[in-house]
Amino acid sequence: MPRVTPMSPAPVRIAAAAICGGFGVLLARALLALPEDEAGLAPLIETNLEASGVKHPITAVLLNFRGYDTMLEIAVLVLATIGVLSLTVARPGTWAPVAEQADPVLSALARFLAPIMLVVAGYLLWAGEHAPGGAFQAGSVIGAAGVLLSLSGYARPVWVTRFALRAVIAGGFVAFLGVAIGVMSAGGALLEYPAGSAKTLIVLVETLLTISIGAILVSLFIASASPAEELRRRMEENR
Amino acid sequence: MTTFAGLSQTDLYALAGAALFVIGLYGLITRPHLLHKVLALNISSGGVFLVLVGIARRVPGPVPDPLPHAMVLTGIVVTVSSTAFALALAKSIYTETGHAVLEPDDLEETGEVSRG
Repeated sequence: MPRVTPMSPAPVRIAAAAICGGFGVLLARALLALPEDEAGLAPLIETNLEASGVKHPITAVLLNFRGYDTMLEIAVLVLATIGVLSLTVARPGTWAPVAEQADPVLSALARFLAPIMLVVAGYLLWAGEHAPGGAFQAGSVIGAAGVLLSLSGYARPVWVTRFALRAVIAGGFVAFLGVAIGVMSAGGALLEYPAGSAKTLIVLVETLLTISIGAILVSLFIASASPAEELRRRMEENR
Repeated sequence: MTTFAGLSQTDLYALAGAALFVIGLYGLITRPHLLHKVLALNISSGGVFLVLVGIARRVPGPVPDPLPHAMVLTGIVVTVSSTAFALALAKSIYTETGHAVLEPDDLEETGEVSRG
């Protein structure tokens, strides 16, 4: 069907340019009016870093001081995944095995790289405690490994059922929520880790988050792009 | 600290972020194509992150404020989620209606017609 390269009418474009330009000027003035050399919350974070259970300030902010931000963030990620999966669930065959049809060089490279990427993810997860890294970075590497495998023609293994996949996707959020409710029922505030066990709880939550985020990113990619389905469709056309 | 036209390095990053945000906002309003809107939203988000990373550097001393950095990390994940969901919605709109444009009747005909 014909497709028109879309463009709004000229009056709309001029009005939008005027509004956006004016807003940009206001934004720039507000940014330049910020006080120089303001310490912000950095000293507060520095003072309490000892009690947070981890040694890296950003991880301490994400998993301890503002843990509810991270909990809601993973909730948003899970919700988006539920939305994407329910939009694509009507089409069967998305997960059909097509490994035997894949490019042999590409699939050999993916087989070689995927275990290394898993090791890198494990390292990033462990490094997040004291250096740049953490659950989301590690999860993205797992997600990238999954995307690479899926682009090279590898399908979801048969033993990973739909239920298992959904359980892993929800697992990180459920664990986070469980810890939050657990410390609340033990008399603390929301996500106020008891002294001494902060590190254990953070590592537990981060590990489960990593696995969940990896599964979520792969599911989002496959549900949106469905390369396996695409490959199979092309195969059937060529037949 | 290095300065340019009286602006410090952090100011330049923050202003570039504000400019990116505004460019994305303009694209979001004027581009009816849903894929363009998703891209514009991502450019805006990039601008917000650049502002946050820029102003995190305003603290005295060599280490930037970790709080805006943590907020950027959270923001990136939320952007990824919303982008994925928006793309899935756009894809199903295209599957259902045959075009990925909001209100296609209101569009100015530019004459650039391609086979889709």
